[in-house]
Amino acid sequence: MSVFIHGGQILGPNGVERADVLVTGSSIVGTGLDLPVPGNARHIDAAGCYVMPGLVDLHAHLREPGTEEAETIETGARGAALGGYTAVVAMPNTTPTIDSPSLVRDVLAIAEGALCEVVPAAAMTVGREGQLLTPMGELARMGVRIFTDDGRGVQDPALMRSIMEYATGLEAITGGAPVVLAQHCEIEALSAGGHMHEGEWSTRLGIGGQPSESETLMMLRDIALARRTGAHIHFQHVSTGEGVEIIRQAKADGVKVTAEVTTHHFTLTDEACSSYDPVFKVHPPLRTAADVDAIRAGLADGTIDCIATDHAPHEPHTKEFPFDQAPPGMLGLESALALALTELDLPIERVSELMSSNPAAIAGIGDRHGNPVEAGQRANLVVVDAESEWTIRGTAMASRSHNTPYEGRTVKGKVRFTVLDGELTVDDGVATR
Amino acid sequence: MKDLLTIGDLGADGIQEIMHAADSFAEVCQRPIPKVPALRGKTIASMFFEDSTRTRTSFETAAKRLSADVMNFSASSSSVNKGESLRDTVETIEAMGVDAIIVRHKSSGAPEQISRWANASVINGGDGWHAHPTQSLLDVYTIREEGRTFDGLRIAIVGDISHSRVARSNIEAFRTLGAEVTLVAPPTLLPPHVEALGAHVSHDLDAVLANTDVLYLLRMQHERMDQALVPSLGEYHRAFGLTLDRAKRLPSSALIMHPGPMNRGIEISPEVIDDERVRVLNQVTNGVIVRMAVLYLVLGSAAADRSAS
Repeated sequence: MSVFIHGGQILGPNGVERADVLVTGSSIVGTGLDLPVPGNARHIDAAGCYVMPGLVDLHAHLREPGTEEAETIETGARGAALGGYTAVVAMPNTTPTIDSPSLVRDVLAIAEGALCEVVPAAAMTVGREGQLLTPMGELARMGVRIFTDDGRGVQDPALMRSIMEYATGLEAITGGAPVVLAQHCEIEALSAGGHMHEGEWSTRLGIGGQPSESETLMMLRDIALARRTGAHIHFQHVSTGEGVEIIRQAKADGVKVTAEVTTHHFTLTDEACSSYDPVFKVHPPLRTAADVDAIRAGLADGTIDCIATDHAPHEPHTKEFPFDQAPPGMLGLESALALALTELDLPIERVSELMSSNPAAIAGIGDRHGNPVEAGQRANLVVVDAESEWTIRGTAMASRSHNTPYEGRTVKGKVRFTVLDGELTVDDGVATR
Repeated sequence: MKDLLTIGDLGADGIQEIMHAADSFAEVCQRPIPKVPALRGKTIASMFFEDSTRTRTSFETAAKRLSADVMNFSASSSSVNKGESLRDTVETIEAMGVDAIIVRHKSSGAPEQISRWANASVINGGDGWHAHPTQSLLDVYTIREEGRTFDGLRIAIVGDISHSRVARSNIEAFRTLGAEVTLVAPPTLLPPHVEALGAHVSHDLDAVLANTDVLYLLRMQHERMDQALVPSLGEYHRAFGLTLDRAKRLPSSALIMHPGPMNRGIEISPEVIDDERVRVLNQVTNGVIVRMAVLYLVLGSAAADRSAS
């Protein structure tokens, strides 16, 4: 089976160029303008579209096992494909926690046949309780490259030091591939009782605040420990301008640090909480316009490595509780690319780095995702019409949940086709199964 | 006015309208039979998700003097734990047929959320740290009853501003009417970015006293000590309590107010409680009058809106 994508602008090894793409089997077999096309090839018209490496999300909550009423691996992967993703790193804060080889195997088994590659991350501590190390060696041996207690940060500095030291020894198992410790930075003693950013709006609204320092103090701690241990620390969902500056400095100092920001942290501010609608409740919280500006600057100058979604589905009725009782989290997979294209004034090559090649490298899947569109690469691709406008609607999404904070917002950038290992997962904007 | 959620919903004109209505209900309350048929046939649900005997009783008394039927709903926190959402709870109560819902909730914003789901009028009986508009209205009424005008009136609010819905609503109400509000508290009991509230700030009650027309004391919760926000209630009393010595330095024309219940020996010394400037019981009396006005205006105008549509 061949797929012939013609008429588009490809993101190839030499940047953007007008070229057709021929996919046979699971690989790209040619790019150019006069490709010999097999008679039975499926023709895809990519006129006016970019043909890019498929997107990679470092941070999604697929909710399976345990909370399948909010999302399943199947529905989450379908949403991911519709959003242009070919790989998604699944967070381990499921029920039970993904903290053992058997649970990783379960997730991989469930994910067979899903519309994107599902890459399980495993917890750093057993049950994400911040007490005991998970069997990181065994997990690394079976291919796990990202460890995280996401939803919580590791509170105990001595334990974090131990995790970092242990992780640096695992590269002997992985053949030198990096083992990444992804930290949810939140000093809980500072954020306790907080449900939104601590600032002018929390003061007006009478909602307990989470100060920026609950994030930045843990970042400073982990940078100090990473400097000592040589571990690769990855900061999840950086939400503060101060945090961006801390990362900028740490990178300049040569610390092995990478960082992601979410779509909502560069598009929304704490003012959105003024309606008390828990759809705007998220951890870390939406912060100020100054934080948004700093994050955008960090995305532009390379301080921030990735755009992640922190896709966090919640059943509709759970967002019909009072603000302080409702669970935090927002949908992201189906809207992230469009928001990046609409809201960020970045060249398409940089968007692709942030959403594909950089996260693929961090997740250890750079052999098959995030590569330039050229012959010999695995055919994980997305065809996106960057100018096409559409309106975000929660109920129109593939997710089992509808908790998008962008309801009714018109954006530009429509995913037309997604190709996973040479097969169409999205065909003219519709999931193929 | 369909709902009363915050003072901001009212503005100065809305506050004055309620004050005028309250004047006529004050007369009703003086009668041998203090009851009028204004809301006969109306059903008011009193939904208290957080205990508050004083506020609930005040609203109930107001509703009964207007001849409304009152349906009591006490939400234990267990119904939340059983997985019933706020929306489910409210829609269940509304399905029984109610014209207005009085909401008291420990979560800020709950009345506003309920107002989006309910067709009935929603009256905020106090939400979290956010707002307590009927308290502010009864406080305005109490000050106004003394013949004071708000323009330029110097009001000091003393105590735990950070966790106080009364403080937030009163700052808004007093400033809307032209008063100058000074918040007096240690920095640990002021919210971050307190400037967003638009009031002056002082950490020194003694420096403020002599220039105060209304001294408004807030209730100090014992748990603030456990949270290390103040060293001890004794130190709080010495620094921010109305002691006999401070009472002597407070202008003789000043009013002393408190939303109740008072902690004797913490916000106020026992020997000051009977000071002739204290207006705490007037506040309670006026609470019924002002809540009658609110219920009457909300249900009256909501009925007019409905018949118009």
